[in-house]
Amino acid sequence: MGKAAKRKKKASTSSKAKGSAEPTIAMVKSNPFEVKVNRQKFNILGRKTKNDVGLPGVSRSKAIKKRTQTLLKEYKEKEKTNVFRDKRFGEYNTKISPEEKMIKRFTLERQQNYGKKNIYNLNEDEELTHFGQSLAEIEKLNDVIDSDSDTDERGALSAELTAAHFGGGGGLLRKKASTEQEDEEEEKPKSRKELIEELIAKSKQEKQERQSRRESALELTEKLDNDWKEIQTLMARKPPKSERKDKEAEKPKPDEYDMIVRELGFEMKAKPSERMKTEEELAKEEEARLQKLEADRLRRMRGIGEQENKKKPSHVSADDLTDGFILDKDDRRLLSYKDGKMNIENVEEEEDKEEEEDKEEEEEQEEEEGEKEDNENEEGEEESATEDEEDVASDNHSDLESDLESEEEAAGNKEQKKHKANENESQNVEELDPKMEAAKSELPYTFAVPESYEKFKSLLAGRTVEQQLTILERIQKCNHPSLAVGNKTKLEKLFGFILEYIGELATLDLPELKTIDKLILPLYNLCQMFPEAASGNIKFVLRDAAHEMEEVIEVKGRATFPGLGTLIYLKITSLLFPTSDFWHPVVTPAFIYMSQLLTKCRITTLQDVIKGLFICSLLLEYVSLSKRFVPELINFLLGVLHISLPKKQAQGYTVVHPFTPVGKNLELLLVCDKKDLESWKKQNLPLSVVTRLKELSKTEINHIRLSCLALCFDLIKRCAVLYESLPSFYEIMHPIRVLLTQRVSVSEYPEQMQEWYHGALKELENKTKHYTPLICEKKKPVPLKQYTPKIVKVLEFGRKQGGSKKEQERKRLIHKHKREFKGAVREIRKDNQFLARMQLSEIMERFSQKEKSERASW
Amino acid sequence: MARPALAASLEAVLGDRGNANRVFEILELLAAKEEEDVLCAARTCRRLFAALLRRGELFAGSLPAEEDALRGNYSAEEKYKIWMRHRYNDCVESLSELLGHDSFQVKESSLCTLMKFVELEAECPLVAEQWKGSIAFPRHLLKVVVNGLIPIHEDASLLISRFQEYMEYEDVRYFVMKVVTESIGQVMQKIKERPLPFYQQNVFSLISPINMPNKERDMVKFMMKQDNREEWKVSKLQAHKQAFERMWLTFLKHQLPSGLYKKVLVILHDSILPYMNEPTLMIDFLTVAYGVGGAISLLALNGLFILIHQHNLEYPDFYKKLYSLLDPSIYHVKYRARFFHLADLFLSSSHLPAYLVAAFIKRLSRLALTAPPEALLMVIPFICNLFRRHPACKVLMHRPNGPQDLSEDPYIMEQEEPSESRALESSLWELQSLQNHYHPDVAQAAAILNQSLSEIEDDISGLLELSASELFDKEIKKTSANVPLEFEQVRGLFGKKNDIIAEHFALD
Repeated sequence: MGKAAKRKKKASTSSKAKGSAEPTIAMVKSNPFEVKVNRQKFNILGRKTKNDVGLPGVSRSKAIKKRTQTLLKEYKEKEKTNVFRDKRFGEYNTKISPEEKMIKRFTLERQQNYGKKNIYNLNEDEELTHFGQSLAEIEKLNDVIDSDSDTDERGALSAELTAAHFGGGGGLLRKKASTEQEDEEEEKPKSRKELIEELIAKSKQEKQERQSRRESALELTEKLDNDWKEIQTLMARKPPKSERKDKEAEKPKPDEYDMIVRELGFEMKAKPSERMKTEEELAKEEEARLQKLEADRLRRMRGIGEQENKKKPSHVSADDLTDGFILDKDDRRLLSYKDGKMNIENVEEEEDKEEEEDKEEEEEQEEEEGEKEDNENEEGEEESATEDEEDVASDNHSDLESDLESEEEAAGNKEQKKHKANENESQNVEELDPKMEAAKSELPYTFAVPESYEKFKSLLAGRTVEQQLTILERIQKCNHPSLAVGNKTKLEKLFGFILEYIGELATLDLPELKTIDKLILPLYNLCQMFPEAASGNIKFVLRDAAHEMEEVIEVKGRATFPGLGTLIYLKITSLLFPTSDFWHPVVTPAFIYMSQLLTKCRITTLQDVIKGLFICSLLLEYVSLSKRFVPELINFLLGVLHISLPKKQAQGYTVVHPFTPVGKNLELLLVCDKKDLESWKKQNLPLSVVTRLKELSKTEINHIRLSCLALCFDLIKRCAVLYESLPSFYEIMHPIRVLLTQRVSVSEYPEQMQEWYHGALKELENKTKHYTPLICEKKKPVPLKQYTPKIVKVLEFGRKQGGSKKEQERKRLIHKHKREFKGAVREIRKDNQFLARMQLSEIMERFSQKEKSERASW
Repeated sequence: MARPALAASLEAVLGDRGNANRVFEILELLAAKEEEDVLCAARTCRRLFAALLRRGELFAGSLPAEEDALRGNYSAEEKYKIWMRHRYNDCVESLSELLGHDSFQVKESSLCTLMKFVELEAECPLVAEQWKGSIAFPRHLLKVVVNGLIPIHEDASLLISRFQEYMEYEDVRYFVMKVVTESIGQVMQKIKERPLPFYQQNVFSLISPINMPNKERDMVKFMMKQDNREEWKVSKLQAHKQAFERMWLTFLKHQLPSGLYKKVLVILHDSILPYMNEPTLMIDFLTVAYGVGGAISLLALNGLFILIHQHNLEYPDFYKKLYSLLDPSIYHVKYRARFFHLADLFLSSSHLPAYLVAAFIKRLSRLALTAPPEALLMVIPFICNLFRRHPACKVLMHRPNGPQDLSEDPYIMEQEEPSESRALESSLWELQSLQNHYHPDVAQAAAILNQSLSEIEDDISGLLELSASELFDKEIKKTSANVPLEFEQVRGLFGKKNDIIAEHFALD
């Protein structure tokens, strides 16, 4: 019973819903029997409730409606094969634009109609008209003048005409009396036709007159406008206010007095400027700047660890008042965690400080010296300054450019000023020579940055070193980045050119090292201006060299030392970039490259030894400040000592890769000739020896060998000093020590060599061995579980928390899938129910019909 | 040109038995001086005897001497066949001589011709069937070929590589292995223990690429086309393995030049041991190699490992030996990755005594003081892994209550016995020194020493093959926003203060 009642109710609602949706819904909502309230068990703050009220009747009727529209239709057409075909032209062709489509359809239609219906249509091209005029002609008319009066007149008939039409004959008669012409013609009686013709003629004439009148009026207004404009300009001169407003009018020349007054108004007021600094102050500033830079360098040298320390987020306890009051935490932590370590660090720091102080002292001394030099060179500088002025005057630079130059100078920091001072110094030296002065005056004063390396070379070709320098300097000045937009890239290119040029100079048969020496200065200046480009260039050079070596290793299985050019590049790297950084984009690759050179390259000739020792010295120079440990360096020095000994089985030490304990290429540095030993004196190894060793006599070669050995001793000594603080210093130096003490026969060396030897040995032996057992930093104790609530930020209610983003996404998808699946199943079930109902009703209907017919037949 | 003449005589011989004597015209040309002629003659021989073999016009069975045949009571047909068979033998002989010819083309051509004969003889055997259905592979002919391939005094690797395509046939491979075994036995017996670098090299390049089948089912490619193959010995994998094993054992029995030694050891674990019936027979060879020292010992380790691991080999003092292998060169040699891979395996056992592991750790880190950065980047995680596996060794990193101010490192590097090296009393000062290494990554890796280690082992498999050029490329590819600059003003190439180079080098 209850169910049946419900169904009835639903049926009624559905029938209602079918009628008009909106108002019924409103009605339904107000009806408490139609509403199903989803009761919530708990009220949750902030939760939006979507489905608290449901309208089961409405939604059911909607669903039924939808099904009758879709499912039922489908069901009814289930086994029917008729198909609707759309034969409209191009209906489903997306390539044709709608307009084209319409045109085509139109033509098709016309074609279809043409044959049948239009046979009798003679008037083929019908003319379309509007107000009796052909539209085509109207379109041709271009001077349609529209005015208000015109439309009025067109719309309403003239008074005379109306009178004639509607006023009967009286009107006409009155008219006749008024006009003279018509008086004369009065005698003749006029027929109606004549009258009408007259009327028409009159109206036409009137129309024409009106036209002409309007035209003349237009003309007049135009003329008036023009006149007004002329007058206006005349008027405009007198009141100054209109001067600014009227822009079309020509601007009168401003009064000179006015201009001056204005200018005075805008001129800078004299302000109290900073006083000139005294020399001492300048020196102090410089010192402070250097100190800052040095501190910066030290920070970089220690590497990232320090930064991390800084960045470590401090723990905030739940009891924190966040009032900014913090105990000196760092100290406490150091004390508690690094008992042994802290002392060491402190010592190191002290040492560092001492070093710094030392350096500062040195710098101070140097600066003092520099000042002295400055004083000495003051005269020269003045000269150069005047010289510069002359330059400016003579090369006809426009004022603008010179202004910019001065700006540039102002913009350049003190550092640059200092460079310039240095440049000036060097110039001074040059300028003392009158000949050079003359030569210089021949050079042009402006240079464009050469586009390609060939042009650059041709620019420098045939010039003396000084001239080359001047050219480079002028190129830099003329193309300062502040002068034009593209100058920066041009100058960046210049850096590459100079670098390439240096490489080329170094690979000559007779390397022009002096020139290279001079070229370093412009290179340094350019590098300071464009660090990125410079580092890019040097990295490129290094990469080339490294890849070349890699290829050689792949092909031959072993590498050879690179040419002098690469060695010079490595040296330049140390001049341009700080070598003490923990990591540096240029220096670190250079380190690795050098280490590869020392381990991979075969030592077969004396040149190889010299090159290797050059790289050793370079490495030592790289690490002189940071005191970093380079195992390859020690290995190589050991190897060099090894090949200076007579062939015997190595005992107590082992040489590693590029050197072999036995085999070829031993005794490269062994000198047996007594005379040569005696006549030897320590000399600096000329770098060019690398390329022309063959020209030397045997004695000279022997001397070079001995110099190499002395250099090796010196390097060992320096290494010993440098690595003294390493905890396993003794082990590192052990093989060298064994070799020096047990294998080298000191007595055969000349006296000077013995000094070098003892110097090295002293540094090696004069160390106290000191080992302290290692202790790890204590692990941070795992904090006890506390009862302070764990506060988790809730970003959105109702969303499941926890898990990574991926996990969350997965969960969400699974949940969604489940819901959709359930929904789909429900829908299918309902569909089936609906269909079953329909089938049942069909059957019932059939039965009832059958019954009816049977009854009828009965 | 001799080509038309050759073609003519070929047709004549094949066409009419009366013209059989024109065979000599062809055979003569095999000894000609012109390379072109020889090639041509070889080709003609191939065609001629191929045709004759197919027709069955060569005498089959044990061949009587030529004179006997003429005198004996053979029919004319048989006489002809015997005579022709003798010509065929002549041809084979001269072709085998041609395998030692100067020109590679000639060699190649004669090799191909001979192998063609082998193929044809396999089809229509020249040996009388011993019993019905027996399979007669032309062993004798193959022996001639193989002997030609491994000459004693010159390098024939090119020809051997040409020969490899025939080694794909299961039966050819089998008989080559047998023939090589015989040949080694004969040649080395004559020479008496003197190494023959060329010969051994040739043998090696012939037998090292041998690709043994894994399953009997895979053995399908035979030169002999016979139906009753299942009963044939050659079709059994067991027989192949045996032949393979005997061949290698014979080869390795004799002293090898050191280059070859290394090559053998490199492929030993991969392509020799798995295909032997009894890999334990290699013990002698490996033990000797392990005792040689240096790189050879390192390489022998791999084979030994397989024997120990899979075949229950008991090796006394294995770890002691391994310990003594550690010398400064291990970080520099080519086989570094392989060695450390194995060392990692050997030291992964948790049953090793702490003193042993500590000795290894200490020695490795002591040697690391001379190692290049790519090796250091590998060995530091390696050592850390050892600490994780053997927590008892952690005293090397962390000794809170130890004696302060030692005057010497208690560890004795020179001691060969790990138990007496006192490694456990020492600390890893070496790694502490490496914290100052110039390479930032190494310094950072070594800095791990200061912290207590995490529980999870580092994966070092990716680091084993690290090369210096990779390190360089990695560094040079890094980009940084700002490039710090040197602030010290330069004065010239050598103008820096404390310039070491300026003190020793001059700009001349």
